[in-house]
Amino acid sequence: MDKIIIKVGMADLKVVENPGMLTTLGLGSCVGICLYDKQKKVAGLAHIMLPSSEQIRNNSNKAKFADTAIELLIQEMISRGAGRSKLIAKIAGGSQMFSFGNNNDMMKIGERNIIATKDMLERLKIPIIAQNTGGNYGRTIEFYSEDGRLRIKTIGHGVHEI
Amino acid sequence: MSLNIESLNQLHLDVLREIGNIGAGNAATALAGILDKRIDMNLPVVKILAFDDVTQILGGEETTVAGVYFRVEGDLSGNIMFLLDLDSCKILINLLIQKDNRDNGLDEMDRSALQEIGNILSGAYISALSSLTRLDLKISIPSLSIDMAGAILSVPAIQFGHIGDKVLMIETQLKEGSDLVKGHFFLIPDEESFPILLKSLGVYE
Repeated sequence: MDKIIIKVGMADLKVVENPGMLTTLGLGSCVGICLYDKQKKVAGLAHIMLPSSEQIRNNSNKAKFADTAIELLIQEMISRGAGRSKLIAKIAGGSQMFSFGNNNDMMKIGERNIIATKDMLERLKIPIIAQNTGGNYGRTIEFYSEDGRLRIKTIGHGVHEI
Repeated sequence: MSLNIESLNQLHLDVLREIGNIGAGNAATALAGILDKRIDMNLPVVKILAFDDVTQILGGEETTVAGVYFRVEGDLSGNIMFLLDLDSCKILINLLIQKDNRDNGLDEMDRSALQEIGNILSGAYISALSSLTRLDLKISIPSLSIDMAGAILSVPAIQFGHIGDKVLMIETQLKEGSDLVKGHFFLIPDEESFPILLKSLGVYE
């Protein structure tokens, strides 16, 4: 069977069934949120850019924010046969690509994205079973619906599977 | 004040292009002075692009690029990013520290040269902007990252993400002899600074 590879862009989310694979290229301060139903082999990936849709005027794109993207991703996965209570999560990204001496909150957006993602997953009672987050480098991630494996590629920081 | 990138009109864009023109011209002159070489410059192009299209200009999300990033403070606050592809980096480094670098990766010395080039270019750029707008502007020390284009661009994209789904980019090409150095400047005023910038240039009420 040919593998279906679906690319998830910035502020975007997609769902795929076995044997499909979801990928997002060059993840920096954004966070890739991968949800998986092992039984139905349904995988979902959201590429969020900002922690919260609140206090942002232009917030119509739900996939852009941690607080709204996860809820939407779950709905789309359920409509493709996944069970809400069966979902597990793996997360990657949230790096700090540039560092400054002073405490500039804006520069810590990666960290804030990770915290918002974890808060939201906890609130929705979806366990995070693995993560590869933080650091100061980019990641390309590949999420396989076949077995829920998440492959992380970097420049100069190796390849990891979680 | 509400203003998003999508709502900029042709006049706004012309003015921003002119800022790019003057800023990049200043930057090219500064670079020519340091290198003691003649540096030519193409007319800057101002683009308003969807996030995904930005990385395509640079050859895709996984292409290795160098980004030099600064914070701007003062009457106007925002961020500036100066972006170069790897070939352009090597050309610039060779011009500056004259060693054959083209086949190797970048070492510490190269990185620091690149950071300094970014510092000079952006300093020249911001001083042009400052004298044009008569706004008092200061820039932070530069921070350099050499990594996947998508990851580096996620930083300005997130900044723009607060006000819309598009990014504003001023693309400038610098040329020394047969070597073309393609530089991309991202000028990212904070949301409340966009109107201040346009107002100071007399095109926003």
